[in-house]
Amino acid sequence: MPKRDGTSAPLEPKRNEEPSELLRELVAHLRQNRTQLREEWVVRITETRLLTAMTKEEIFAEATSVYDSYVEALETEAFEALQAYARNLSERIIPRGVETHEVVGIVLLLRDVLARSLFAKYQNDFKKLNRILDAYEPAANRIANTVAVGFVQERERVIRQQQEAIRELSTPVLQVRERLLILPIIGVIDPQRARQLTEQLLRGIRTNRAKVVVIDITGVAAMDLTVANNLVQTVEASRLLGATVIVTGLSPEIAQTLVTIGVDLGKMNTVGDLQGGIEQAERLLGYKVEKLAEPR
Amino acid sequence: MEVPILKQGAVLIATFQAALSDADLNQLRMGLVQQVVKFRSRAVIVDVTAMDVMDSFASRTLREIAHMIRLRGAETVIVGIQPEVAFAMVQLGLTLEGVATALDLEEGLAYLNEKFKTTN
Repeated sequence: MPKRDGTSAPLEPKRNEEPSELLRELVAHLRQNRTQLREEWVVRITETRLLTAMTKEEIFAEATSVYDSYVEALETEAFEALQAYARNLSERIIPRGVETHEVVGIVLLLRDVLARSLFAKYQNDFKKLNRILDAYEPAANRIANTVAVGFVQERERVIRQQQEAIRELSTPVLQVRERLLILPIIGVIDPQRARQLTEQLLRGIRTNRAKVVVIDITGVAAMDLTVANNLVQTVEASRLLGATVIVTGLSPEIAQTLVTIGVDLGKMNTVGDLQGGIEQAERLLGYKVEKLAEPR
Repeated sequence: MEVPILKQGAVLIATFQAALSDADLNQLRMGLVQQVVKFRSRAVIVDVTAMDVMDSFASRTLREIAHMIRLRGAETVIVGIQPEVAFAMVQLGLTLEGVATALDLEEGLAYLNEKFKTTN
């Protein structure tokens, strides 16, 4: 409201605190009350039934390091360091069976516990409380976000690693005789796995100088057009390396699929089961298997 | 680019180099058949171990070479196709259908030995 002499008074008292000063004050408060606030947080965690996979001692130990990192992130705003810490923490707790909602949950609980303590401290100075919250809230939210993202990134990394391991384990190329390879396929074949299979087989043919390959798909439940074509391509590529492929173990469903989608079965040498396939392979290679005695 | 062609008895061995142009391939097509005629060869082994890529033109040329050589009563065996090349070829539908293939030179010669034994 303008005064009569033509100047105007400010609408509120001049701000005498910078946002970074407020943040420092806030951080100091959180450090001073560290023990109490951390304890309160752990109680809330237990009440909300989070981190049930961990013991109370373990929760307390992790809580201490999370609390300190939280306060440090508020102080330094070094969010990359926080994300690295989050990934590190995740690497430790994911094998313990901790889920994403638990990690996000406990970080939000900490945010709330600290916010409440700010309400309590500045309850008599509403304006100051507002300014403190103006400094606290964006930082706290960014922390929650950063930790959640770090956790999820770590989970995704672990999943990719496991998928890779499964893929490698599940496509063994086995030499059972000189010049004879067997490739038993089990489970679901997606285009990526089909491609990996082909590459592994071709390398195996070259390394083992195989002349016959038996691909057994007894363990494969279903096959779509893409994968069926991949199989045909595998047979053709093997021939380019001088190897004959015998496919065994086609289930009635897969046989139906192949016929229906019009795969050129003239290009494929098929035998009913693995045993028959191996016997034919041995014949092709010039082996004769003779029984000399009864099993003991 | 000159492609070395060696004579091993009744077999000619042509070793393809890595980067053969279309012109090189065309020249080879005529050249190989002429050699088969000149030496009255019974078979040609084309070694493509050094080729790290096989396009549709090269693939078609190889098939034509094999067909022309067969018209002279001789057999063609392509050897040394690399796993990665084989994979790329079948994805493009280049299967070298109707042409014999073997893993390498040793296998190619073994294949021809078998074949000559049974036809003699």
